[in-house]
Amino acid sequence: MIARIVIVAAAMFAACISARADDRPLKIGWLMSYTGPGAAAGAASDAAIEVFFKTFGKSVAGRKIEIIRRDTTGPAPDVARRLAQELIVGEKVDFLAGMDYTPNTMAVAPLSTSAKVPLLIVNSATSGILAKHPFAVRFGFTTTEMAQQLATYASKQQFKSVYTFVHEYEPGLDAEAMFIREFKAAGGAIAGSVRAPLKATDFSAYIQRIKDANPDAVFVFMAAGELPPIFLRQFKEAGLDPAKIIGIGDITDESSLPAAGDAALGVVTAFHYTQTHESVANSEFARTYKSIAPDRPLNFMPVVAYDVLKAIYQVVEAQKGELNPDRTMELLKQTKFESPRGPISIDPATRDIVQTVYFRKVEKRDGQIVNVEFASTPDVKDPGSAR
Amino acid sequence: MLGFVNILLGGIAYGFVLFLMAGGLSITLGLMGFANMAHAALAMVGGYTAALLIGKAGWPFLAAVVMAGLTAALTGAILERTLFRRLYQASELEQVLLTIGVVYAAIAAATYLVGPEQMAIAVPAWLDGNLRIGPVDLNRYRLFLIVTGLVLLVSLVGLIEHTTFGAKIRAAVFNRRMTASCGIDVDKLYALAFALGSALAGIGGALSVKLLGLDPNFPIKFLTELLIVVSVGGLGSLRGTFLAAMLFGIIDVVGKYLLPEIGAFIIYATALALLTVRPQGLVGRPR
Repeated sequence: MIARIVIVAAAMFAACISARADDRPLKIGWLMSYTGPGAAAGAASDAAIEVFFKTFGKSVAGRKIEIIRRDTTGPAPDVARRLAQELIVGEKVDFLAGMDYTPNTMAVAPLSTSAKVPLLIVNSATSGILAKHPFAVRFGFTTTEMAQQLATYASKQQFKSVYTFVHEYEPGLDAEAMFIREFKAAGGAIAGSVRAPLKATDFSAYIQRIKDANPDAVFVFMAAGELPPIFLRQFKEAGLDPAKIIGIGDITDESSLPAAGDAALGVVTAFHYTQTHESVANSEFARTYKSIAPDRPLNFMPVVAYDVLKAIYQVVEAQKGELNPDRTMELLKQTKFESPRGPISIDPATRDIVQTVYFRKVEKRDGQIVNVEFASTPDVKDPGSAR
Repeated sequence: MLGFVNILLGGIAYGFVLFLMAGGLSITLGLMGFANMAHAALAMVGGYTAALLIGKAGWPFLAAVVMAGLTAALTGAILERTLFRRLYQASELEQVLLTIGVVYAAIAAATYLVGPEQMAIAVPAWLDGNLRIGPVDLNRYRLFLIVTGLVLLVSLVGLIEHTTFGAKIRAAVFNRRMTASCGIDVDKLYALAFALGSALAGIGGALSVKLLGLDPNFPIKFLTELLIVVSVGGLGSLRGTFLAAMLFGIIDVVGKYLLPEIGAFIIYATALALLTVRPQGLVGRPR
């Protein structure tokens, strides 16, 4: 009996000690879609968290990193807002991070502002969403910066007329407006424009309109996911040349590229990350990622999620674990490091990402369909909205 | 003009895709009167079976499609024996609640087992590319869908309307007790009919993957369209389902071509208008 009491007391004492070591964990509220149409992004971000822990360890400046995952279930602003509120009030998180869909980010950002909890955004590609929210920083990209780059590319290629095809939602309308403005300013002509609803799965009607107009090239933006490969296959089946497509990298995103197969060969896209990007940082990241998630495709999502965690790690270390939200924001604005995608920094004025935009062509390498970089523009910033 | 011919062909092919998936639903929902929201989940079972057999096990395309039908039939039969059978006499609301629950379970299961990514399906060379007839480019796969759809339509109408099996089902739906008292095993009959509907779902699912893609949210994405096709066609009529599938396939594609701004809305407006004028559907009998 006495022996048992001693054992229990010892166990309690041990628990107290380990509790003390963890008494102030660094809490990161991680909001991603783990179910619903964006579930692949959530799963990829989890793999990125594992890569990060394997590379940097599980604690920073004496504080154990605790990532509290919440499932925003897809584009669902009401859900995202409720979860963010619980994370801020209930869990008292030090950071909010993740964020895939723009509507979710728009719902969470005001909470981050009023509670002074820094919000590090992984995706959400709509231009101009940071302006009103001084505690929000974006590490992804905007469709406008890619569209602007592609307009320049199209005029350099001497394309006379370009048809635009976008998904009908905010980032798509942003991309369409920016491409049209910039391409016209460079002297090009728009052969026509058509928008597809996000729900459409048969694109033959839109493709026939494109075919009727017979443009030199087709500018395409579609949300990454299951639809771009269907579009690419139907485009080729209609007898059009995939090499006529210039698009934002979501359409040849590495997670859906195998589904498009040969129908993607020759497509040119502009994007911030390419799986085949040649750098030490990328090959190290890719190796660790493959060891953790061998069956999961490596695309932009885990890379940006990893960058977000690295930025958090750096600002916590710089403050030696004693966090002050205003100081954290000051430090976040000075973020600058070599990411697996290439050199990145944060624009102190807009809190938006500054990064290299790569032009890539889809090719077959060792039997695999991959994006291959052939040109790049350094230090690209979000040009704002053209609408 | 040539563009329009292509569009029309595209619409017809899309109509056949809808028919391939809705044909089975026409049997379980239309004929048997069971509010089967899980139909598209069974189509997904077929889609994954075919995609995995071709991609991982190297099966030939047609064998994989047949196996997809068998797997979906087996899954449907198991669900029918364990769950659905208990609700044949229950209200439609209860049937919807149970089957929609099965849909969500299927989405979660597919995400867990296969992963949330988009699934590709490889088709053999003889189905890939275009066939040129005169000035018109015909996509081989779409032609294949049209031929398969026609074969299925003829054999199903024959089965339901010209065999004893079909007559028994129709009798059982019309008056279950009377049919049973004639010495027909209604329970077994329903299980068979449900398995048949599920097999069609599996085949339709497998054949549609190339055009519509496949991921765990498949059952939700196409549920509305399938329900519209079956109800506009008229409950209990395979011919009606076929007509409605053609109508919506063509209206959808032509509408998006001519009026892309409102194109996606046109099929819903048409469904609303048709059901207002003819609540029993195109071919159905008033209930």
